[in-house]
Amino acid sequence: MRNEMVVFGIMAALLAIVPWTGIYPFFVMQALCFALLACAFNLLIGYGGLLSFGHAMFLGTAGYCSAHALKVWGLPPELGIIVGTAAAAVLAAVTGYVSIRRQGIYFAMITLALSQLLYFIYLQAPFTHGEDGIQGIPQGYLFGVLNLANATILYYVILAGFLFGFLVIFRTINSPFGEVLKSIRENEQRAISLGYKTDQYKLLAFILSGTLAGLAGALKVFVAQNASLTDVEVAMSGQIVLMTLVGGLGTVFGPVVGAFIIIAMQQYLASAGQWVNVIQGVIFVACVLTFRRGIVGEFAHYFRLSL
Amino acid sequence: MPELSTAPGTANAATGGQILSVKNLEAWYGESHILHGINFDVNAGEVVTLLGRNGAGKTTTLKSIMGMIGKRTGSVRFNSEELIRATSDRIARLGVAFCPEERGIFASLDVRENLLLPPVVRAGGLTLDQIFNLFPNLKERLSSQGTKLSGGEQQMLAIARILRTGASFLMLDEPTEGLAPVIIQQIGHTIARLKKEGFTILLVEQNFRFASTVADRYYIVEHGKVIDGFANSELSSNMDKLHTYLGV
Amino acid sequence: MQALYAQLLVGLINGSFYALLSLGLAVIFGMLNIINFAHGALYMMGAFCAYFLLNLLGINYWWALLIAPIAVGIFGMILERTLLQWLAGLDHLYGLLLTFGLALIIQGVFQNYFGSSGLPYSIPDVLKGGMNLGFMYLPVYRGWVVVFSLIVCLATWFLIERTRLGAYLRAATENPTLVRAFGINVPRMITLTYGLGVGLAALAGVLSAPINQVRPLMGENVIIVVFAVVVIGGMGSIMGSIITGFALGVIEGLTKYFYPEASNTVVFVLMVLVLLVKPTGLTGRAA
Repeated sequence: MRNEMVVFGIMAALLAIVPWTGIYPFFVMQALCFALLACAFNLLIGYGGLLSFGHAMFLGTAGYCSAHALKVWGLPPELGIIVGTAAAAVLAAVTGYVSIRRQGIYFAMITLALSQLLYFIYLQAPFTHGEDGIQGIPQGYLFGVLNLANATILYYVILAGFLFGFLVIFRTINSPFGEVLKSIRENEQRAISLGYKTDQYKLLAFILSGTLAGLAGALKVFVAQNASLTDVEVAMSGQIVLMTLVGGLGTVFGPVVGAFIIIAMQQYLASAGQWVNVIQGVIFVACVLTFRRGIVGEFAHYFRLSL
Repeated sequence: MPELSTAPGTANAATGGQILSVKNLEAWYGESHILHGINFDVNAGEVVTLLGRNGAGKTTTLKSIMGMIGKRTGSVRFNSEELIRATSDRIARLGVAFCPEERGIFASLDVRENLLLPPVVRAGGLTLDQIFNLFPNLKERLSSQGTKLSGGEQQMLAIARILRTGASFLMLDEPTEGLAPVIIQQIGHTIARLKKEGFTILLVEQNFRFASTVADRYYIVEHGKVIDGFANSELSSNMDKLHTYLGV
Repeated sequence: MQALYAQLLVGLINGSFYALLSLGLAVIFGMLNIINFAHGALYMMGAFCAYFLLNLLGINYWWALLIAPIAVGIFGMILERTLLQWLAGLDHLYGLLLTFGLALIIQGVFQNYFGSSGLPYSIPDVLKGGMNLGFMYLPVYRGWVVVFSLIVCLATWFLIERTRLGAYLRAATENPTLVRAFGINVPRMITLTYGLGVGLAALAGVLSAPINQVRPLMGENVIIVVFAVVVIGGMGSIMGSIITGFALGVIEGLTKYFYPEASNTVVFVLMVLVLLVKPTGLTGRAA
């Protein structure tokens, strides 16, 4: 636990000084949103043993709802974020209730199918504007004071959101609830025989994971200033899995590292067209076969740290 | 009852040779070190019994010989072939057959399919008629689902199906477990018949009384090691030791 | 009324593909414990194989029906030997992840060379045109697809449930270690089973080519619907997969007629309903 706090401090410090380095802040902001998304996903798989192949539905739902709240209802940013996150929470409760009924591989397939269901709903729903998406979302003034159109201010707001979400997850993992969750992942039968209502724990974890993924989606709306179908596609869910796999499933910092790497890779290879997919596919295959612990996982294993 | 035709293993019985020789066999289930050095041998035409308490490693020994345990070291020589590195299908094709403790009757197959499943690996196996002579019940139940049979019938089926293959060396893991005395007697008669026809049998049993009706020799397994062995003729003088070993 | 029958026919056709694909998926899952995410991409490869056979080698549709499943099946077996076999002891989820990666690779490669638009593949002459049945007009090719798929599905069912080879497969699905201890080369059987499942997917691709055109992403959306089909039917029974596949295709077709906006989503909605009422799926066996 000690060294995790140290690493957290280092991470927060490094991220805090980004506006003073030459790095393009929008890249980092986008990476932070995905990092939070991946961390939320990791809570479910790394600690709960549940692979959700439909996490994009939370990203997209929060994105669309926040975007709609900001643009059409004219709500201020803080309420926009809450609307988006709340929408994701409700979705998580509903989809979680349905999905938790099956285990392991079936759970993954159900979440995938549910996310596809939502994709088709959003494709046809008028408020999403289908293929065009919701464009030109105003950034506004957070709490009436902070001008989110200013890149530096926006950066620190996004960073604050990310750190908040990250700490919620960290606190959850290291709480009694987190311990029960881990025991369910290790051996659900034994947890049941010890008297734990495992379905309730799994559902709660699912809702928490979906809500934080929604927070990431709501924040992302301010960075990208749009909400589109790309956020709800299967490919997006796949990306989330990839980021976490590369960074390290079940590690605290793995998803963050993975998100930054994959986003950076996408920027770098933006001109390579469809080869990006091929490369991502190769990374998937390579990680599953030879690199299952991911970058942070391997690092932690080698240095015998807990990360 | 018609005689079984010349059974496999008769050639070896005539030479009176050693069929199986196990030396320093060690085995692991994942991280657990189960067998710490098993040493014993089996001669052609014998019925040898491994006795021991629950968890001693008797089943693991049989499975290791059969190549079903991932990590094993030592030496297992069968008719002068070294089996320690071999895969289980190769071991089966050399003439070793295994009847597991849980019987392993397949639920998605009917009795006929279960019976015919193990392929014939060499000449000299029993024909279906001979098998039905030994186990008349099975003939009536051919189209039933495998697992709809009673415990005793499933045991008969599990033994029957390995007799067709031509394997000369049979390993039976607790064939009488959980069965009624009448069935146990039947199994005893079957094993005696098989022995007369030249099969070599390695038996694992907790039911010591049953074992004493068929066995030629005994080995005691404790904590993954063979700690003692004696012939059937020496049984009465070893009863006290047995009571200690087996805790009965 | 004509429109209703027309939609029913489309539903039956889609159902044929769902049945063939979920059958292959079920067979692979039974033996390998892997959910083959690459199934959609392999279905696409079947269609492309037919396209290449015709346009590069002048080999017609009828030969393609035989050659494409074999060729793609062999490719699948190579994938199994080189990549999938290493997943043997691991959590099922890694199989899903690996095959997802494979799907990305295969689809990405094809997209790079062929873009996203569809390539045409014409209906073989013998199957062109249609018949007037009185209550509807039946295009011959579409009728052929349904009938042929049904035959293949039933033949596969027969192979698995009624033959010696099928007995080996069913037994190895239940207890591979014991089956191997009887002298059967189980690893080889696993490879061949994967090849069979892939072959069925590729066959569906060939059948689909004249109807749906040949596109790199043609498998991408189908596979997710097939996953839902499999969740609904449960993967416990071969006949269950076949029936569920056809049934869901028909339901989708009917939805398109009565309530078109929901046709894309009806299978998923049904999946949710089945999960709420009978979590182990219609054929009942647990995951």
